[in-house]
Amino acid sequence: MKLKKILTFFSFTIIYLTSVFNSYAIEPDIFVQSTVNRASQILSQNLTKDQKIEKLKSLAEETVDIKGIGMYTMGSYRKVMSESQKKEYEILFKKYFLKTFSSRLAEYSNPEIQVNSKETLNKNYTMVSSILVATEQRPEVNIVWRIYTKNPDDLKIRDLIIEGLSLARTQKEEFSSIIQTNNENIDALFENLKKFTE
Amino acid sequence: MNKIVITFFLTFLLTFNAIAGSDGKYNLSKNNPEKIKDCFEALNRGTFALNQGLDKVIFKPVAQAYRSLPSPVRTGTGNVLENLSSLITIPNNVLQGDLKTAGVNTGRFIINTTVGILGIFDVASEIGFSEYQKEDYGQTLAKWGVGPGCYIVLPVLGPSTIRDTAGSFINVMGGDPYYNVSAHGNNQYLDRSDYMLTKTLTAIDFRAKNLESFDNLEKNSLDFYASVKSLYLQDRQRKINNTKTGATIEIIYEGEWEELETQ
Repeated sequence: MKLKKILTFFSFTIIYLTSVFNSYAIEPDIFVQSTVNRASQILSQNLTKDQKIEKLKSLAEETVDIKGIGMYTMGSYRKVMSESQKKEYEILFKKYFLKTFSSRLAEYSNPEIQVNSKETLNKNYTMVSSILVATEQRPEVNIVWRIYTKNPDDLKIRDLIIEGLSLARTQKEEFSSIIQTNNENIDALFENLKKFTE
Repeated sequence: MNKIVITFFLTFLLTFNAIAGSDGKYNLSKNNPEKIKDCFEALNRGTFALNQGLDKVIFKPVAQAYRSLPSPVRTGTGNVLENLSSLITIPNNVLQGDLKTAGVNTGRFIINTTVGILGIFDVASEIGFSEYQKEDYGQTLAKWGVGPGCYIVLPVLGPSTIRDTAGSFINVMGGDPYYNVSAHGNNQYLDRSDYMLTKTLTAIDFRAKNLESFDNLEKNSLDFYASVKSLYLQDRQRKINNTKTGATIEIIYEGEWEELETQ
């Protein structure tokens, strides 16, 4: 009898915990729409440009896998980086990313993005397709978001593919070019990143 | 004489390209941006700087002025230019064996040129024709197995590869019906200057559509030359593979992302 009670209690506990965890997991397309809405809200607020940039930075830190993108953009060089170089790079890349990300977004007054569909690549990635609605000044833009779904309770953006062109890929080739033109010296990239973020 | 010089140059480009791009059996991965060599980097960077100078002084201000025109005027101009590009797209659809799309694009061209008044109105899209995708001789050469060869930056014209440059030469060697009619047509309506004007307008229309994107990219790049090169080569790869811009699955670079998980 006692064993039955324990088993029943144990079963209910598992069901409860499962339901609690599930309630936090959101679908990648909802995650993208929600992130876009939050960015849109910041951009349409009556704030100074610097205030908007600060808020956008916080949003990026919460929703973008900056560390993952940083490692991706190092390409094959990440295999030859020492631990101290990796640590230094992580800090530099985060500064660089947040500066460029917020500066890019702050140019838009109120971007309207419609999320259309999603396709699951595997357990780690889902691609979410959206459209940046056309304005008087520019045509409609297709944007595909690479969402890292390894942890369903903490989805992260890993890449934006704008009109078929990957931002992460472009960044990776840019960094690679800098390292190559400096005789394969990774520290030369670090110097460039430092100068840019100063 | 002109034709002999161009034929000689084209043969040279393709021969040189065959050497530069001869990396074994043909496969689409040959167009992977990372595998395309920047053989003339110092010269390319010099030409890129020259083009940036020209852009600042000429193209950007003209594109800004063009942007100030009313939206319907710009849309109409863009439509006319796109309609004219069908004349290169259709023969390339045929050369790539895509006869169905060649038929659809021919129908599109006829409808837009007549009902759409010389292409000003994109009537074909309105009545449900499928999305138009440009094709050119560079893409056809790629489909036939010609490797891209080295990356090059052309004065005024901008980024290219040896193969794509050779493809552009085919346009003026009889591959572009619009060029044939305007330059050699002996008619009272069109001459070579009309062709040049059309090409210039195409460049301005493109620049005007990308004013903010270019400024943003330049402002946020550590190496603007490398960023432009990467974007150009990715775009060419996408066009050769006929990947739609809004496709939800972008599998080309999947391996690299998965590799990240295992480290």
